[in-house]
This record gives sequence, structure tokens and C-alpha cells, in this order.
Amino acid sequence: MTLQELAQPRQDYSYAFMDAYAKRELRRRILKAIAIPGYQVPYASRELPIARGWGTGGLQVSLSLVGPESVVKVIDQGADDSVNAANLRRFIVRMSGAQTTTDTTKATILQSRHRIPEEIMGEGQALVLQVPDPEPLRGVTADMSKAAQLHADMDYGQMWLLLYEQLVRYRQYIQGASYPSLVNRRYVISPSPIPRWDTPKLHQAAHLTLLSAGREKRLYAVPPYTDVQPLEFSDVPFQIENQQGWVCQTTGIENKFMNELPQADGTSQYELSDSGYAEKLASTGTTDATYYDDQGHFYHAGYLKPPVLPTL
Amino acid sequence: MLDISNRPSSPHFDAPQLVTTPPLLRATGLHKRYGRIEAVVDVNVEAYAGEVVGIVGESGSGKSTVLRLLNLEDTPDSGTYTLDLPGMADQDLYALDRFARRTIQIMNIGVVYQNPHLGLRMRFTSSGNVAERLLIAGERSFATLRQAARESLATSEFPLDRMDDPPRVLSGGMQQRVQLAKALALKPALLLLDEPTTGLDVSVQALVLDTLKQLQRERHMTIVLVSHDLGVIRTLADRVMVMRHGRVVEQGLTDQILEDPQNAYTQQLVHAKL
Repeated sequence: MTLQELAQPRQDYSYAFMDAYAKRELRRRILKAIAIPGYQVPYASRELPIARGWGTGGLQVSLSLVGPESVVKVIDQGADDSVNAANLRRFIVRMSGAQTTTDTTKATILQSRHRIPEEIMGEGQALVLQVPDPEPLRGVTADMSKAAQLHADMDYGQMWLLLYEQLVRYRQYIQGASYPSLVNRRYVISPSPIPRWDTPKLHQAAHLTLLSAGREKRLYAVPPYTDVQPLEFSDVPFQIENQQGWVCQTTGIENKFMNELPQADGTSQYELSDSGYAEKLASTGTTDATYYDDQGHFYHAGYLKPPVLPTL
Repeated sequence: MLDISNRPSSPHFDAPQLVTTPPLLRATGLHKRYGRIEAVVDVNVEAYAGEVVGIVGESGSGKSTVLRLLNLEDTPDSGTYTLDLPGMADQDLYALDRFARRTIQIMNIGVVYQNPHLGLRMRFTSSGNVAERLLIAGERSFATLRQAARESLATSEFPLDRMDDPPRVLSGGMQQRVQLAKALALKPALLLLDEPTTGLDVSVQALVLDTLKQLQRERHMTIVLVSHDLGVIRTLADRVMVMRHGRVVEQGLTDQILEDPQNAYTQQLVHAKL
């Protein structure tokens, strides 16, 4: 028996790029994050062949979850075909042999930046969000150890100060993305820069959401069927973006999140932000159920309240 | 013989009464050491409800440290501190855990610092600075917050048309009024003033002192006032403590101390002023 026979055949990389120990550590952190919804779990963020800030957090989580049977969808700002999404998808597939799809309902792992798809995700699906800044308290305290203390004490009063300032200056909540939300009535999280439109989708969702910040080395989770409540004053309810009357120029669809395309004559055209959804709609003429129906009603009736203009 | 039966009734005077209530604030045997430096040595502070206690002394005499200890920002090496609050009368506040101490501090102690940067968020609105206290205390109605901020700012005689300007663009006197409004927002039992008018010019200083004095009269607030300015102490304080090298060298009624100082250092201090 020779040494060559005993040794493993030579491979350039471990399966799914990261070594076994790194993946094991990450999976343990993910389990902890799921066990304590909304709590930011520190982890050892590994080097990857993409730069920090390009989705290393989300990519590490995806790589630790992926298997040969997985079906992966990667989107960036809702689009499957943007450079960042295409690169990440190609890397995951090359390193794991997983299948890819642009159909939200067929994906088992869905890595995203900035959007949660329009179609309702179901049980057994995992949504991996790339997070630039995981700390919701950064706006009110620059000191990270103080922030940790405030989280421990569930002392979130100062978060409402940011909302107060917005109401005084603009008479509405103007925070467009990463709208601070209370998870499981315990921890306030900063959902990865998804628009306000997508924040309610996390509430009592059937799918698992994992949020991971590679540069900040923290991950947190919203487990399936968990309460998520955007912060709001008792007399001024949280609002999603008002896109009333915005019609997609290619599909003619309304009441879905739109990209605004400014025109040379000063007007605007609109198109669906979720390209996978638009494609499915164009090719088959029908889609699965969406979070907001064609009249713009959210699928949890009564969760979104009518707007109130605060008096100063 | 003098007939006293139909003499006009004499004017009514309340008989002087013994103070039988316990002091609102009682701190005993405070010691605080920073490395080799003994900042505060065996200091006792008592203040009755509605009383203004002044602490004077030169820079480095430990007066600001005493105020930090009273504000529960820091814990001493030894000593006890009680506030006569409902249900807390015999509770040593330094023995509480951090969260309980913070709750007591938010709900019952207001503080105004010499430097407004310490007490205010300079880029947030003035009304937001005031509302912050209520937010931390758990108020979640926007209308209530606006109303409370307006009332509190009016109390400290802040011009209400500027209530949504950030303190960054306000004058020094106005910044101190915002700090005062913030300190008073939750109607605290105890108000701590750390050199509240130092750094203001004399006329503005007089206006701010006026507000403080009027508030004290109206609300019977208990105030601990730290200052190196004997003029401020004379205007506001009922009782005064003179500190040097971390110790209290003399204490008594303000008039008595300032007119007839017994301790050599106090004599020097009073004469330096005159």
C-alpha cells in the first residue's frame, strides 16, 4: 500500500470553497441566531475571492448552506442579471454544483441584496440577505459596547428619537431602507437595506431569513413564523412607499415595487424591480401568489394601517 | 384696666415647625479615588425637599466628581446614597444594578452641564432633545411628546418658535435653556446643576439665573448646584458647602459662610471675589 493510495485525491478547493471547519462554525452561528431571533451573533468572517462590501456575509452563509441538491437564486436590487448577482451565482454554482433558477418559488436558497421578491416564499426556503451595517443603534450611539448594553437591556427608547426627528422635519417617516424593526418583541434589527415596501414581508413569514454582514462579522436571523414589527409611534403608523399610480412600462402591472426610470423630457417611466417576477409574468402570463395583491393589499390583512399626517 | 376682649385680632403667624421629614437626598461617607488621586474624601451631602445646596471650590477640588456621583454616572469606592422616593426610601442606590440605577436616574434626576455638548445632541432638534427623556421613559405617542416638549421648553423660557431648531445653531444661553427643559421634562425630584451659567456673558447669565430662581420658587425643587462663582451661589443657594482637595472644609447657611467665613481657605475664596 503506497502513500498515494492512502491519501485523498488532490483537489484545488474544498467543497463550496470554505473549509469544513469554517462551514461548521458558521452553521453553529446560524443555529444560535435562529434560536435567538434578531440577536446579532458574531462570527469569524472568512476571506473570499470577492471584496468586503460586495456580499461576503451573504455569500459565506450561502456557501455553508448549499449542497449539490440546492437550487440557488441570486438577486441584486431585484435583478437576476446584474453584475454582482451574476458573479455570486456563478461562484456558488462552480464551487458547489448546485442548480440555479430565476423563479422565486423554485429556489431553496435565495441570496439577495436590497429586495425580498414579490412572490410569497414558502416553508423550506432560506432567504439570505447581505447586510452592510447590522447595528440599528448606530444612529443614536457611536459606541458599540454601549449599543450592546442597550440591546441587552432592551432599551430602545432612543430609536424613536430618529423617527421623531423625521416626523418633525418631514411629517412622515423618511427612512427609505433598513427600517428598524422589532423581532419577536425582543430585539430591534436593521433589516439589510431592503425598502420599507419589503419590511412587512418578514412578519410571520413562512421562510427562514438569515442576515449576514461580512465586514462587521455578525449574523442574525428571522426564523419562520416570527413577529416582526417596524418601529412606529402609537399615533403615527408605519407606511410603505407610496407608489400609487406607478405602472410597469413593459408588463402594465401595478402595485408591485417599481424602479423609476427618469426620461429625457423630465417625466418618469416605471418598471418592475423584481426581474424574475417580470420574466415569469411575461413568459407564462401568470405567477404564484404575491405579498401585495393587484389592488395593493398586503397578504396579512390589517397589518398595514392607513396613513396619518401628524400635527406639529 | 386694659380691656383686651375686643382688641383687633393679631396677624396670624405659623409657628415655626421642626423639620420632621427626612432629607430628600442623603449621601454619606463618599470616597472616590482615581488612581493615585483622591478625588473625594469622606463627603456627606444632605438636601431637604425644596432646598438649594451649593457646592463651591476651586478647579480640582472634587465638586464635579461629587455631582457625578449624585447623578449616578459613576459609583464611589465607598459610601451610600439614598433618595427619599416612594418605595425607595432606605435603598442604597449604589447597591442597585446598572439597569435599576439608570432607571432611577432617568425618572428622578435632571442634570444641566456647563458644556451643552455633554447634555445635548447638537444636530437633533431642540424639542427632540427634550422628548428624548420621555422616549427613554417609554412614551410612544407623538402628540404627547410634542406637547410635553412644548410645555417643558416654555417652562425654561425658551422661545417656542425655535423649538425645532438644532442646539447647534442656538446661542449659549438658549442651549442652557434647552438643557434645563430636558432636565425638567420628567419633573424630577432632584435637579443637579454643574456650573450652569459659566461661559455665558453676564447679562445672559442673569436671565438664566432668573429663570432658575423663579422655577425653584414655583416648583419647590431640590437642587444641588456646583459653581466656582460665589455670585451664582449667593443668588440661588440656601446652604453652601466649601470643598478643597476633595474634602468639605466648611459648610453652613449661605449668608453665614459668605459674610463670616471661619476657615482660612473660605476667607481667601470670599476675599478673592471681593
